Amino acid sequence: MTAPLIELRHLGKSFGAVRALEDVSLAIGRGEIHCLAGENGSGKSTLIKVISGIWQPDRGEILFDGKPVQGMTPREAIARGVQVIYQDFSLFGNLTVAENLALSTELQEGRSLVSWGRVRRIAREAAGKLGVDLDLDALVETLPTAGKQLVAIARALMSDPRLLIMDEPTTALTGREVEALFRVVRDIQGRGIAVLFVSHKMREMLEISERLTVIRSGRVVAGGPISEFDEASITRAMTGQEIAAEGYRWEGQPGQKPLLEVSGLTVPGEIEDVNLRVMPGEIVGISGLLGSGRTELALALFGMKPGYAGSIRLEGRDLRLDSVQTAIAGGIAYVPEDRLTEGLFLTQTIDRNMLATSHDRLSRMGVMQGGQAAREAAAMIREMAIATPTGNRPVTQLSGGNAQRVVIGRWLMNNPKLLILNGPTVGVDVGSKAGIHRKIRELARARGLGVLMISDDLPELVDNCNRILVLHRGRLVSEVAAAETSEAALSTQLGALA
Amino acid sequence: MSGLANALRRHPELMVAAVLVLAVVVIGTINPVFWQPSNIFSLLRASVVSGILALAVLLVMLSGGIDVSFPAFAIAAMYLTVKAMIAWGFDGVVLPFLMASGIGLCLGLVNAVFVHYFRMIPLIVTLGTGTAVRGFILGVVGTSQINIGQMPPELIDFARTELFAVARPDGSMAGLSAMVLLFAVIALLVHLMLRYTMMGRSIYALGGGEEAARRVGFNVRRTTFFIYGLAGALAGFAGLLHGAMIWTANPRDMVGMELDVIAAVVLGGASIFGGRGTVIGAVLGVLTFVVITNSLIILGVDTTWQRIVVGLIVIAATAVTAWRDRKRLA
Amino acid sequence: MSAILQRLRRADTNLLQLLVLTVLIFAGMAALNPERFLRPYVFQSITFIAPELGLLAIAMMVAMLTGGIDLSVIGIANLSAILAGLFFHSVGGARGPELANLPLPVVLAGIGIALGVGVVAGAINGFLITRLRITPILATIGTGQVFTGICLVLTGGPAVVGFPRLWGMIGNGTVFGIAAPLLVFLVVAGLVWFMLARTAFGINLALIGTNPKAAAFAGLRTARTVFLSYVLTGVLASIAGILLSGRTNAAKSDYGVSYLLQAVLIAVLAGTNPAGGRGSVPGVALALVALMLLSSGLQILRFNNFLVDLIWGAFLLLSIALASWRSRVR
Repeated sequence: MTAPLIELRHLGKSFGAVRALEDVSLAIGRGEIHCLAGENGSGKSTLIKVISGIWQPDRGEILFDGKPVQGMTPREAIARGVQVIYQDFSLFGNLTVAENLALSTELQEGRSLVSWGRVRRIAREAAGKLGVDLDLDALVETLPTAGKQLVAIARALMSDPRLLIMDEPTTALTGREVEALFRVVRDIQGRGIAVLFVSHKMREMLEISERLTVIRSGRVVAGGPISEFDEASITRAMTGQEIAAEGYRWEGQPGQKPLLEVSGLTVPGEIEDVNLRVMPGEIVGISGLLGSGRTELALALFGMKPGYAGSIRLEGRDLRLDSVQTAIAGGIAYVPEDRLTEGLFLTQTIDRNMLATSHDRLSRMGVMQGGQAAREAAAMIREMAIATPTGNRPVTQLSGGNAQRVVIGRWLMNNPKLLILNGPTVGVDVGSKAGIHRKIRELARARGLGVLMISDDLPELVDNCNRILVLHRGRLVSEVAAAETSEAALSTQLGALA
Repeated sequence: MSGLANALRRHPELMVAAVLVLAVVVIGTINPVFWQPSNIFSLLRASVVSGILALAVLLVMLSGGIDVSFPAFAIAAMYLTVKAMIAWGFDGVVLPFLMASGIGLCLGLVNAVFVHYFRMIPLIVTLGTGTAVRGFILGVVGTSQINIGQMPPELIDFARTELFAVARPDGSMAGLSAMVLLFAVIALLVHLMLRYTMMGRSIYALGGGEEAARRVGFNVRRTTFFIYGLAGALAGFAGLLHGAMIWTANPRDMVGMELDVIAAVVLGGASIFGGRGTVIGAVLGVLTFVVITNSLIILGVDTTWQRIVVGLIVIAATAVTAWRDRKRLA
Repeated sequence: MSAILQRLRRADTNLLQLLVLTVLIFAGMAALNPERFLRPYVFQSITFIAPELGLLAIAMMVAMLTGGIDLSVIGIANLSAILAGLFFHSVGGARGPELANLPLPVVLAGIGIALGVGVVAGAINGFLITRLRITPILATIGTGQVFTGICLVLTGGPAVVGFPRLWGMIGNGTVFGIAAPLLVFLVVAGLVWFMLARTAFGINLALIGTNPKAAAFAGLRTARTVFLSYVLTGVLASIAGILLSGRTNAAKSDYGVSYLLQAVLIAVLAGTNPAGGRGSVPGVALALVALMLLSSGLQILRFNNFLVDLIWGAFLLLSIALASWRSRVR
């Protein structure tokens, strides 16, 4: 019996008092598609960094072909055939596709001179290996996401890897692109290359992988052939608890006026003639592939697409949303897609993050009313059940779920009428996800808040919305009542669009 | 419009080439004296030292930083070298230039230590090292100017070498300094290094994204030390050349020169965010800059206006660069 | 009570370290040369000289708060003083009793002119940075050249000498035995502190500096706020110009050039993060005191000005190393 390609034995890694990894053991065989599953913050990325030599483990050992390796550097990891494709692809936008493809090969060969003829040859070979057609002279920054991913994969394959680690590769892809990616992954496997597929999307794991390892809080909590798992058991392993969906029912009252009425909304090149209504207390889901215009629709409603055409009415009043300020003044709130880069002020305190949208309201002649501000922030911390003893702590100390509550709470302080949530629980662990969902439903029900929920996560939409709109190529193509659909039906519909 | 932005991104030197042609045509039309070989030769000669310094600035900018310490380094290298030559009674060319470049190299490595290990913004690091080095030279080494009488003769003879000379209308000769050729060779070498060596590509990669460069397997530390070391060495070399060309070693020289050189490099299309810029662009930027600022006199503009012109060049060039790079972000 | 103490300890380790540094410098200087250092005159002269530098450092900190920098502050300060000076000369003649005895309304008008220069210059910087999206470093290098250039064009080079007596009072006078410039500094610093810590504008600035994108998504008027911060920076610089010209009774295009580095140094030493989001007036005030004690101590120890420059530069580098060490410990 041959030793596995790579084996980790009892790995441990701490950062200060935080134990990022503890007693992690796992083995990946040659040519195996192995799935590494875990919530955000479970230690997945630490594990990737240890395998690729960026960080040294504090305890335990790493074996390649059964032989232990000490103090591995990134270069050595690459030399042993480990290639990582990060979520951001680690490409150089200012260089051409050809050079991006050739760089790592040239580095590995220890070359010190560049022959541009060779660069082209390597690049052509790389594109050929993957069986894709790439414009080698284009600057990478001009490519779409899927194109960048192909460049990243082609580049990784050039160094004849034995283990390809893909970190959340499907996040930014459309349904069809995911299919194409899976074909590529199987093809890679066909050449005897093992793939470590890091994900938190269960359907993808079940479809693509042969073995599965689940980690939680830095420990391996489950592992084995994929046939031993189903969605429920993976969820249980990832979260340590079982989550029961509750569903959202909304009954309109007769004669009730719509909260939001959008008609003929068009942003050239992004969304086309969108008509929609949201009643008070409704939670309306918006589903659609990446690039379908769902984020653009949200941005238009938040005043960030001042060049739009069409009409937007809130509580019967026409709004001309030419800036974020007019949208806020009109009672619209928006929780953006990427919490870290668009939502939070990381080095600031929880209070300052919470109060960010309330400065005008809480100041008199430009002077902040400190006492009132502190009271309101404290009240919102309680209302949103944010786990912190005081609002004076840096917001970085909060978990993803709690941080998202801060961003949502920030808007609630302004008493909005319409809350637009874009990916409300991205990167939030399953346990705290349910809490956020509960809170959103409660707000809609109790305050009569209208909610527009944009999400990739179909179960999230089905469980929390009373209606779901499907957006495709900038147009609304269908509308379903959540009670009459299921995740599977919705996913088939989206798949057909791709 | 976006086609133009794209073209500018791929060929940053297009803008400066257009400006140079325009400047030459306008100035030459207003005052034909501009076209006299002696004027052209003196403009080229005046570009040599700024040009070499511009290469140093370009290297740092490609990696996404900005350097304001190089004039101090240049002067330190020049003054220390000339002082040492006088003290040891040594005269020559190659060894002194090696020494000056070596001094610049060491100082550049100090910048690299602060930028790499202490992760501080290069502007602030170089502001500190530049001030400290100048303070050291003037406060510890000396403040007195070394004039032509004491300067090592071989060094001065070297800087006086001319490639060829043409006769002026009045019968005297106007020669093209061989230092122009020297500059051309250095520029070519830096160009080849940036274009055809992995080290050169790693500088572009570092400017494109430090984390990505690290992941692909570049040795970011080595690249950073190389950039600042080479930039320092170029500055040291340029400093001694400056002293040799003006026959004087003045420790108070080149104050404020960093702004002119940065202006020229930015004019040449380099981006302060790194990853974009070429040697051709930087050289054209320096030529344009020298042509414009040195032609103020023959245009009949008072020299007190020079600073305003420099400032406006910086603002205009950066506005275009910002516009070009915004198209990328959008 | 203990909660307050805890909060102090957490928020202000930086201030505490600065305080310790100040005390150490004081003790060191007092020990090295007690007879000459521990004299009222030494501290008195600090209260006259420090305020102008302190205002420039606060200006620098405000610009750094949004991740920018203002390298044009010296240019603004000199231009303010020169324009006010030329105004006085045109009203009261170039010298003589009439100039010295210009009445209060005229002096107030001069102050208005100086502050107006600060507002306009700051607005130009703000416009270039927020509307044309030019990087603050390059934008303010460019405008700094232009402002200094205008100074040169207006004066032709030499200093504008001779200011009204009342103007001189601002820089040299005392009120109840306290230096007038110190009072100006305390009032202005207090106002800026209040603005940064207690007003929506100041808190918005810190948030924008922390994450401009999130600020836009939170509905903050980022462009307008940053624009106003550069206007504030410009006004602070012009007040520094008033103090400088009042104290020296002269204004010149290249006065206070070494202040640029010192202002950056004080801001960085004060714990300001040049990448944006962190900075405070009390920190700047403490860093100012520490460095002024150091520099007058060094002068008493007969260090020449160049050596003091060397030490300032070295101190900046040291404070970078310190800041890096501090963030690593956290």
